[in-house]
Amino acid sequence: MSGAEKIDVTVTEIVPVNALVKRFKFERRDGGLLPTFSGGAHTVVEMKDGDITRLNPYSLMSDPMDQSAYTISVRRDDEGRGGSLFMHNKVSVGDEMVISYPVNLFSLDLRAKKHLFLAGGIGITPFLSQIKQCERLGDAWELHYACRNAALGSYVDELTAAHPFEAHVYYDDEKQVIALENLLNGQPIGTHVYVCGPKGMITWVRATAEKLGWPREAVHYEEFLAPQPGKPFEVRLAVSNKTIQVGKDESLLEAMERSGVDAPYLCRGGACGQCETRVIDYAGAFIHRDHWLEDDEHASGEKIMPCVSRFEGKTLVLDR
Amino acid sequence: MSKFEFPKSILSRPVWGTLEPRRGLHHLMIADAEGAEAILDVATPEMMESAHIIFIPKGTDYAKRLRALNPAQFYDGPSYAASVTRIQRVLLGAKMSTQVYLSGTESLMGQAMLECTNAGIPHTAIQTEHRGSTARRMQCVHCKGFTEDVAIDPFVCSHCGLNLFVRDHYSRRYAAYQGVCVDAEDPGNVPPSKGIYP
Repeated sequence: MSGAEKIDVTVTEIVPVNALVKRFKFERRDGGLLPTFSGGAHTVVEMKDGDITRLNPYSLMSDPMDQSAYTISVRRDDEGRGGSLFMHNKVSVGDEMVISYPVNLFSLDLRAKKHLFLAGGIGITPFLSQIKQCERLGDAWELHYACRNAALGSYVDELTAAHPFEAHVYYDDEKQVIALENLLNGQPIGTHVYVCGPKGMITWVRATAEKLGWPREAVHYEEFLAPQPGKPFEVRLAVSNKTIQVGKDESLLEAMERSGVDAPYLCRGGACGQCETRVIDYAGAFIHRDHWLEDDEHASGEKIMPCVSRFEGKTLVLDR
Repeated sequence: MSKFEFPKSILSRPVWGTLEPRRGLHHLMIADAEGAEAILDVATPEMMESAHIIFIPKGTDYAKRLRALNPAQFYDGPSYAASVTRIQRVLLGAKMSTQVYLSGTESLMGQAMLECTNAGIPHTAIQTEHRGSTARRMQCVHCKGFTEDVAIDPFVCSHCGLNLFVRDHYSRRYAAYQGVCVDAEDPGNVPPSKGIYP
């Protein structure tokens, strides 16, 4: 079985955080302890939505050392493929679900003298567990958190109450913007910056840090890409000897799984590289959406990341 | 000619690069002896406006030429030991937009890199370029003493007097190559010393 090891859990609490975000608490069904994790880790939640099984990654926001329960926050995306809508509308307290062991693609660099966290919107979630880890280790940290407005600022009150000097909040509605260049320029040697938020914010932070001479090694980012819907297409899986149809609302990876093909994966968001698949033959155009492959690999037509990327054309044959 | 092509060796052995100008708001340059040549090669007037050069001449006369680059700050130190407190003080107040350039002997680059990594700069983000002497800073694995400027192999530990074989095994934490007793099994049976590099 691909992916990280699975854990059977029960949903023990659902809390509406604001108009768009709900928090879910999971506890082990067998009453045992959950594994500890490291700040920034995510879990992949299995959602059985009728005939469709969705596996969506969500950052763990609870204390990494708390083995009694995991919590995640899910932002409702009315335009998405339905994973967040399923969590919001179809999951109730007492439901049995399956989640994966924690996987961390956004861990703290413990060599850092200071951690600078930059969050945009729901991108706050990995920092919630990282802040708890920093507090436990006595690490220096600072958070700059941009959200649309006070009503949609998830966990703003908790953060500013508990950490009045470390947590800084910016509301788009009030035209408040992170003074990024000053902020980065003022950081002492040994600072690492971490950014999680919309693509534009990640690009902005990476470009500004590079311009100011920050080493690449001290800039960390996480962006989960949700697979986007697209035109249905047909794929030939050479190793499995199957021809499958990828539907409008499912990813290539999900279509392979639905057809009983055990394809490797980890993050399901175009980041980790685990699902990288060799293309044997194709006639048509790739729609690459991952940020794992390099530009020349995207152009080569030799590889695809089935978790987020699609294809339009006549023939696609994969080494799977 | 101050450049030297080090022979390929084990993974532990540091690999030095070639300095190139990088974007940054501050440029910290630390060099000894012929290392000055690498700074002279990479320096631009724009970079010098925010450059701090810490130079240990070791008997060379490059200081005048470096000073003529007109860096924002220039320090001419009598030895590495005399300069290290200044390096530490500069790093203490340095910002993330600082680029570090190290050039000269392996001993200088290794020790300055240790200060930089202790300050929290990822070692892969520090630029280096070897110039000048290929003599090494050696640590005796037996008494832990350091012997500077070792050019021959085997050599006598300046602390405990053991005959030491010069290894390519390098310690980033000590900024030194490791020297191991060459005649432990058969005391007195010491091969004649020759240069470390053929």
